[in-house]
Amino acid sequence: MPYAIETEHLTYIYGQGTPFELHAVEDVSLRINEGAFVGVIGHTGSGKSTLIQHFNGLLKPTSGRILIGGQDMWAEPKKIRSFRFQVGLVFQYPEYQLFEETVYKDMAYGPKNMGLKEEEIDKRVRQAAQFVGLKEELLQKSPFELSGGQKRRVAIAGVIAMNPKVLVLDEPTAGLDPKGRDRILGQLKEYHQEEKNTMLLVSHSMEDVAKYADEALVMNRSRLYCHDTVENVFARAGDMESLGLSIPQVTKVFSLLKAQGMPVSGSIYTVEQGVRELERLFGKEVHHA
Amino acid sequence: MLKDITLGQFFPGFSPVHRLDPRIKLILTVAYVVMLFLANNLVGLAFGILFFLGAYFLARIPLKMMLKGLKPVLPIILFTSVLNMFFITGDPLFSWWVITITRQGVYTAVIMSIRIVCLIAGTSLLTYTTSPISLTDGLERLMGPLKKLRFPVHELAMMMTIALRFIPTLIEETDKIMNAQKARGADMETGSLIDRVKALVPVLIPLFISAFRRADELALAMECRCYRGGEGRTRMKQLHLGSRDLISCAVMALFLAGVILCNLLLPSLL
Repeated sequence: MPYAIETEHLTYIYGQGTPFELHAVEDVSLRINEGAFVGVIGHTGSGKSTLIQHFNGLLKPTSGRILIGGQDMWAEPKKIRSFRFQVGLVFQYPEYQLFEETVYKDMAYGPKNMGLKEEEIDKRVRQAAQFVGLKEELLQKSPFELSGGQKRRVAIAGVIAMNPKVLVLDEPTAGLDPKGRDRILGQLKEYHQEEKNTMLLVSHSMEDVAKYADEALVMNRSRLYCHDTVENVFARAGDMESLGLSIPQVTKVFSLLKAQGMPVSGSIYTVEQGVRELERLFGKEVHHA
Repeated sequence: MLKDITLGQFFPGFSPVHRLDPRIKLILTVAYVVMLFLANNLVGLAFGILFFLGAYFLARIPLKMMLKGLKPVLPIILFTSVLNMFFITGDPLFSWWVITITRQGVYTAVIMSIRIVCLIAGTSLLTYTTSPISLTDGLERLMGPLKKLRFPVHELAMMMTIALRFIPTLIEETDKIMNAQKARGADMETGSLIDRVKALVPVLIPLFISAFRRADELALAMECRCYRGGEGRTRMKQLHLGSRDLISCAVMALFLAGVILCNLLLPSLL
């Protein structure tokens, strides 16, 4: 089976030949399996945003190749739009891209650009609205009347309505409160499980990556630092901290407990796992607030 | 793509021209324009060319920059030259069918072209060597006397500063929104002119909304720092006239005098 996304020695240089030359992505070769949920982590300026903009052809690599579903993306530059429909990209603060009179029309913008029929568009818009938990009556409202969290979900649904095989989200929870954040990520996880599509989630929060993703892709100084399962990545706590990236708090607590001689596992990444580990240790049910 | 736009570009530097008082630079620019229009023969215009060449040399701005700035006005120069050449009556140099080129026509065309080139080169030197902030600062001080006529000088200068400050921000924002809509399949590169204009709507609406949002936020931030117009506002960086400014004024006066003398002594060819 071809990989959902494959890059070969991908390099991107901003402003080549000018004094402002910047190597944003250097020699990145990676393979992402179909149906994977990958967390992309890295510092600000580590090249993750530049990298993901390559995945749907907004940026053309300075050198190297990108294959989507086994096909070279830039083999025929004129057909780049067809790849944009295969890989959906949700930018940071996507609510600023809303422009239509109604929520429904805005969500239909992407599918309409794909040249779909009216009924198909309608079906997809309603489905996408359901995935992100938008009520039917909101669809006829102006997107500018909604709350911040609702706007964010409308914008994400607008990309989901295009039914992409791969969905890439750049910090979809930036600036939201913890509740709104859990809600959006939970809905995205559900969507992923139902549609069996490939998901890439760029995030600063190690907790979120540990909780929702199966694999983690770590970028450091324009290069791919590692790409492995979440367990294996967070097991290298020392390496991660030397990069200036944290590991989930609960992982820290359990590795400290282990260092103190407690008989606990050192590979705990989510609070749920931690609760289970404590239950095992104390042999009874632990009630958490 | 949008980053290539260079509106009132500024090249930071520490040359004598950069360090001139912005008020003086503004006055000198106006004087230079007057000089160009006073000069009615080639010797007078030679003074104009000499002046801007000297100024570019002192400012250490490569002449290549000036040529780049001239490119967009080239059609205008060609257009006026051609009009002048064919439509001014006088002694015919060349004539064929209904077309007659006169000596006076050629002469006027040459003078006009040189004048436009000098005009563009001289005035763009002002923005090349003056930061937008000090430019508006100078403008505010120069228009100071108008305050007595209740003309809102400070407000106008502040508006200009803010507008200049937000050009790069808005360009960046446009880039971002364009990318977001392209990711949703917007097609801005192909199609008829009408299609392309229509494709801009999804970019322009979010851009407008964000511009208003930014204006709101900026107004709030300014009020939080107790901004309440120009009344009683003092400056951290005061403008002072130095010997450099006096010398540059003297040089300009000499050039002006030279041009006037040329006009009086050398009889015009027309």
